Amino acid sequence: MKPTLWQRMDQLARNLLPVLLTLALVLVSAVPTRLPGFSAIAPMLTLIGVCYWSIARPDLMRPVVALGIGIFQDVLLGTPLGVDALVLVVAQGVLVSQQRFFFGKPFFVWWWAFGLIAAGAVILKWVLVAALYGRVVEPAPVVFSYLVTVSLYPGLGWLFARVESALIKEG
Amino acid sequence: MKQPAGQLSRLGTFRSLIQRFAFLALITTAVGLMLLGKADTLMAERLREVVADAFAPILDVLSRPAASIADLMENIRGLAALRAQNAELLEKNERLAQWQAVARQLEAENDGLRSLLHFVPSPQASFISARVIAVVHDAFVRNLLINAGTHDGVRKGQAVVTGDGVVGRVDEVGSRASRILLITDLNSRIPVIIEPSRTRAILVGNGAEQPRLMFLAGNAAKIAPGNRVVTAADANAFPPDLPVGVVSKIIEGKGVFVETFVNIAQTEYVRMVDYGLTGILPSLVGDGEGQ
Repeated sequence: MKPTLWQRMDQLARNLLPVLLTLALVLVSAVPTRLPGFSAIAPMLTLIGVCYWSIARPDLMRPVVALGIGIFQDVLLGTPLGVDALVLVVAQGVLVSQQRFFFGKPFFVWWWAFGLIAAGAVILKWVLVAALYGRVVEPAPVVFSYLVTVSLYPGLGWLFARVESALIKEG
Repeated sequence: MKQPAGQLSRLGTFRSLIQRFAFLALITTAVGLMLLGKADTLMAERLREVVADAFAPILDVLSRPAASIADLMENIRGLAALRAQNAELLEKNERLAQWQAVARQLEAENDGLRSLLHFVPSPQASFISARVIAVVHDAFVRNLLINAGTHDGVRKGQAVVTGDGVVGRVDEVGSRASRILLITDLNSRIPVIIEPSRTRAILVGNGAEQPRLMFLAGNAAKIAPGNRVVTAADANAFPPDLPVGVVSKIIEGKGVFVETFVNIAQTEYVRMVDYGLTGILPSLVGDGEGQ
């Protein structure tokens, strides 16, 4: 039976959730927290979003979507244009290419993989920013930011998994 | 109808080729954007201004509960320390009353001397106040978005301060939101003077909490930790003598570091200082305004 227009719209909205949630993370990362010392460890939330959905639902987190999210982040947050775009596209591409490896694996394997991908992403961003600015970025805050990002992955991942099982049906 | 196996596998190869090509195209797009952003800064700036303008209302709404939660936490912490604070404030009040008397006396004396000398006072500054709606503060970029733009008189290059000292300067101006480049950002360089030796230097942001002093003019040996750092009027970038921070540490071979007076993480409101200076960041959109 062919789905009705309403059913298709409903499914489309559900399928857009991963992208919308990741875009929301861009905005959340700019919310003034007013926590003392937070800046030194500000996590890369968008990377968590893109990486989680690239493993969980690669059909809903396409490379071009990752590029779009990256450009949005660059433009809104003031990173040099194209840097986050490249980092997110590469992270998405690497994860999707290992899709078979992740199939049926427990969550801590995803976490471990994210740790590796995030390390690569941070190093890539560090090199790109240094090359575009012509100056070396202090490594210490970058390392702290990486550690916080990796430690936030299970929490956000759990939240995304709940959203996925509750709202996004099998595609 | 059954398809021959060879056709299927050829189709698969073709598809994976297409996918690989699409992926490469996206990477090329990202690299192209990087080069474009570097070559055509005007376009990148306009794009940022438009997007910041469009998302300013959302960021404004998001920043409010965050501020309320922070206020609540501050209140709870304040309650615990109430008694001690009260005693401290009473003592301070007494001391300040004495200072007030001294200040009044000096003010009167100053007025008298000025009239004797026909002294030309510094131009009066006007202020534009705005709320911080977004804080981008990580290892790579450090800037703020505020909810004021060209409509409110914000102009590129204006110095941005709080009650404590200098925050940064206006970098991009939209119609209702503007971006402020913090003095700790990798791209920030401001001329400063180190008191009391009046040594001139450039304060260079390094993406960390404490910016560094470079290009020290004169005797660097006279600088010691605890010395106050204020803005210099060189290059018309900043109004003179706005407080910036204190020299925190001097590391041989690494340089002189400055602890800023303003705690950027806690900043909720900022003020743009308008002395009618042109600034060192002339608008790229040749509107000729203030040039």
